[in-house]
Formats: sequence, C-alpha cells, structure tokens
Amino acid sequence: MNAFKALADFYLTNMKTAIACEFQYRVAQYFYMIGMIAEPVIYLVVWSTIAGAQGGSVGGYTPGQFAAYYIVWTLVRNMNIVFTPYGWEWRIRQGQLTGMLMRPLHPLHYDISWFAGWKFVVILLWLPIAVVLYLAFQPTLNPSWLQIAVFAVAIWGAYLIRTMLLWLLGLISFWTTRVSAIFELYFTLELLLSGRLVPLSLMPEWVQSLANFLPFKYAFGYPIEALVGQPTPVQLFAGLGMQLFWIVVGALAVQLVWRAGVKQFTSVGN
Amino acid sequence: MTALKLFWSYFRVGAMNELQYRVNFFVQLFQSLIALATGLIGLALVFSHTTELGGWSRPELLVVMGVHIFMGGLIQMSIQPNMARLMEDIREGALDYTLTKPADAQVLVSVREVRIWQTVDVVVGLIVLGVAVYQLQVSVGLWQALAFAVALCLGAIMVYCFWLLLTTGAFWVVRMDNLIELFQGVYQAGRWPVTIYPDWLRTGLTFLVPVAFAVTVPAEALTNRLTPTTLLGAAAFTLGLLIVTRWFWRRGLRAYSGASA
Repeated sequence: MNAFKALADFYLTNMKTAIACEFQYRVAQYFYMIGMIAEPVIYLVVWSTIAGAQGGSVGGYTPGQFAAYYIVWTLVRNMNIVFTPYGWEWRIRQGQLTGMLMRPLHPLHYDISWFAGWKFVVILLWLPIAVVLYLAFQPTLNPSWLQIAVFAVAIWGAYLIRTMLLWLLGLISFWTTRVSAIFELYFTLELLLSGRLVPLSLMPEWVQSLANFLPFKYAFGYPIEALVGQPTPVQLFAGLGMQLFWIVVGALAVQLVWRAGVKQFTSVGN
Repeated sequence: MTALKLFWSYFRVGAMNELQYRVNFFVQLFQSLIALATGLIGLALVFSHTTELGGWSRPELLVVMGVHIFMGGLIQMSIQPNMARLMEDIREGALDYTLTKPADAQVLVSVREVRIWQTVDVVVGLIVLGVAVYQLQVSVGLWQALAFAVALCLGAIMVYCFWLLLTTGAFWVVRMDNLIELFQGVYQAGRWPVTIYPDWLRTGLTFLVPVAFAVTVPAEALTNRLTPTTLLGAAAFTLGLLIVTRWFWRRGLRAYSGASA
C-alpha cells in the first residue's frame, strides 16, 4: 500500500514538474505543432477532393467526415508523441542511463509521468489550433456522450501503447547503434497500418484484417474512429479492451527486453 | 563567376569529406527508397478509389512526385545545411570568420555546406520523372523541356531566397531552429499539385512559401499545363525575391554585432 502511494506521489510530482518545465517553451511548441498540421491538412484536402469527385463519399467518409477525422487526428498525433527511440543512443552514450539505473524506480515510470504531464500542456495549446481548423474545414462532428467519454480514455490508452512500442524499439540500442534502418521501417509500417495516412476503411481488405492483429491501430485509428465514427457501445468497449491487452503485452515485452539489455550493459565512470 | 568557383571548391571539399563515410550512402539510399515506397503506396491508394485527382491523371501525379523528390533532394543537399549553419553561426558569433573573408558574405554562407549523399534523392527524383514521362505517352517537345528546366531553376532560386529571408530573421530573433521543421512540414504539401488546395491555402503555398513554384509549376511544364504568363510571372517574382533577399541580408548584417569585436 505504501509503495503504491509512493508511486502515485512520484507520478504526480513528476507530471507537475514536466508541466512547469515544458510550458516555458510554448512558443517553440506552437511552431512544432503548426508544422505538424501540414500533414493532416494535405491528406484532408486530397481525400475530400476524391470524395467530391466520387459523388460525395469514398470509403464511407464524406468530406465533412474526412475533416472531422483529420482534425481529431491532430490531437491523437500529439498524444502519440513519446520519448524518441533515437534518444536511447544518446542516453546510453551520454551516461544518463547509468544515473537512471542507480535510482530505485524503473526508468519507464519517469518517461511515462514526464510525457503525461507534458501532454496537458500540449492539449491546452492544441485547443486554439482545433478551433481554427474547425472554422476552416467545417467538419461533421456530433459524437454521443459515451463516445466522448471513451475517447477521453482512449487517447491515454493510445499514449501508453505507443510508449511501450517505442521503448521496445529504443531498447534495440543496447545491442547496436545502426538503428535508423529498423526505426524507419517501423515508422513506415506504423504510418500505413495505424490509420495515420488514411482512415483504415480506405485500405484494401487484407490490410484492414492485418491491422486488427497489430497494436498500431489501437494507438491511432481506434481513438479517432471512436469519436468521429458511429461505433456501437460493444465496439467502443471492445476497442478499450484491446488497448488494455496491448498495453499489458507491451509492458511485459519491455520488461523482458529491458532485463536482457541491462544485464549486458556496462558503463565506465568514477 | 567567383560565386561558381567558390561553390565548386566547397563542393569538392564537402564531397571528399563525406565520401569517407560510405555506409552513409546505403543508409541514405534505404531512407530514400522507403520514402519513395510510401509515396507510391499513397498514390496507389488514391487511385484505387478514383481515376483522376483535380484534373491530374496518375502519370501526371507521378511527375509531381518526381519533381517533389528531386527538389527535396536539392534543398537537403545544399540549401538547408547552409541555412542551418548560418543560424548557428549567427547565434554563436562564428559568422565573424565568414565576414572577414575577401568574398561576398551572402555567397559564402550559401555555398559552404554540401551533403553529398542527398544526391541519392536527386537521382531517385529524376528516375521517377523518367518513368512518369514514359507513362505519359506524350513526347516531350524541346520547348517543354526548356520551360521545365527554366521553371526548375526559378523554383530552386525562390526556395533559396525564401530560406535566406527567414534565416536572416535570426539576426534579430536569434533562435529559429523550429523553422526547419516548419518548412519541412509545409514542403510536404508540394507532394500534390497545389491546384487541389482551397484558395487561401493555394495563395499561401504560392507567395508565402513558394512550394507551388518549386514543384507544381515545373510539373505543369512537363504536363502541358504551363502558360507563358505563369512562367513570366515566375521569372518576375524570382527577380523581385532576389532583390528583396539581398536588401534584407544587408540590413541583417548591419544588425549583427558578432563575438570578436
């Protein structure tokens, strides 16, 4: 009981620290977020054009629904940003990892709580951008209260899934530094199978079936569709269940790989 | 003339430097191929649902993609590294060393850095263009090829001017790192012909960030859409931009206080 309370206290403190720290750089954050908008806006325009040419809708999406999809996309994309796998090489080489290993808490807690705190700053900064996009692209968005509630939970589930996945990727740095090829391959697969490039219903059938067995969809496409689409309550809760499943699987995998990596990790210092 | 000689010298030194790291060639090749594959998948996805996009057929969109990759390679090879270094030099005061050299400072800061392995993207872009033109099944006449070459040059110069204008802002604002990310984000809009975007976005992509002139206009030259008016307008706009950039650069230099005085 004490340990649980201590952990919760740590999370709260670290999150507050992260908020205070990251809020200082809000201008830089805005530049970054505005640059990030280019991607969904491009997809939005392209697919709305196609929908218009195909008589109003394509893949079950009208231009208004595409607008809704890609505007919610911007929030989910921001929730998806976690510690970059490229950062692990830096952590190991700069000796930061040694310091983290000396502390009594698993470094994963540090990453999760820091980025979670940061997300609150991000969400706050995102709201004006969302308003501007809403006015510019006129999305068709009328979710039910259940959808909104599930969405609010799902974006954090997405955040946790992606934390686990990118931690796993980053841990490869324990064994090799030539990681960019693996990472780029992963990011491309994720782009196509998660619903980031296009809503998954626009992909060929076999891709959609494949996506159901992989975690990428539950970190991106599922939260968006929970809010933007018309899922049944069963589908909504099944999705949440799948998110939980992938978080647990991811956490177990991280623990396994982490132990193996730390076992053969050496560092030099005084 | 001096500018060209300087460019060639820096190019040779930069190339010799980077050619030592041959594995980076394969890394760059891999990344370029993945980017190409993603682009082609995107295109295939679009054309699984429609036969044309905003009046552009599939080979024509492939032309746009080819120009986009080619221009992107040029930017990453020469323009972006130079501007990044200029930002850093201004911030750290190391620009002094450049200013004391007996050549024009603007020329120097524009040609110093070369990332030779980005030529992979330039080559990939040209290959895609070749395939696209072949698929177009329309023979490209001499005038069209000339217009295409001119449009490409004008587009490249405009992108350079735009970058230099923004980077010159560092003389006053100092920290402009996020500009690189911002530009890369907006440049992705050039993957598709700007004619499909809503009016306000199209204007922004033409006059604010000259992506239209860098990618769509040369693509229009190859696909029989370019009017002489547009090309002349591009030339006039380029000239105007060059003059404004030069003026702004000189203003920026006057505001620079350096580290060694």
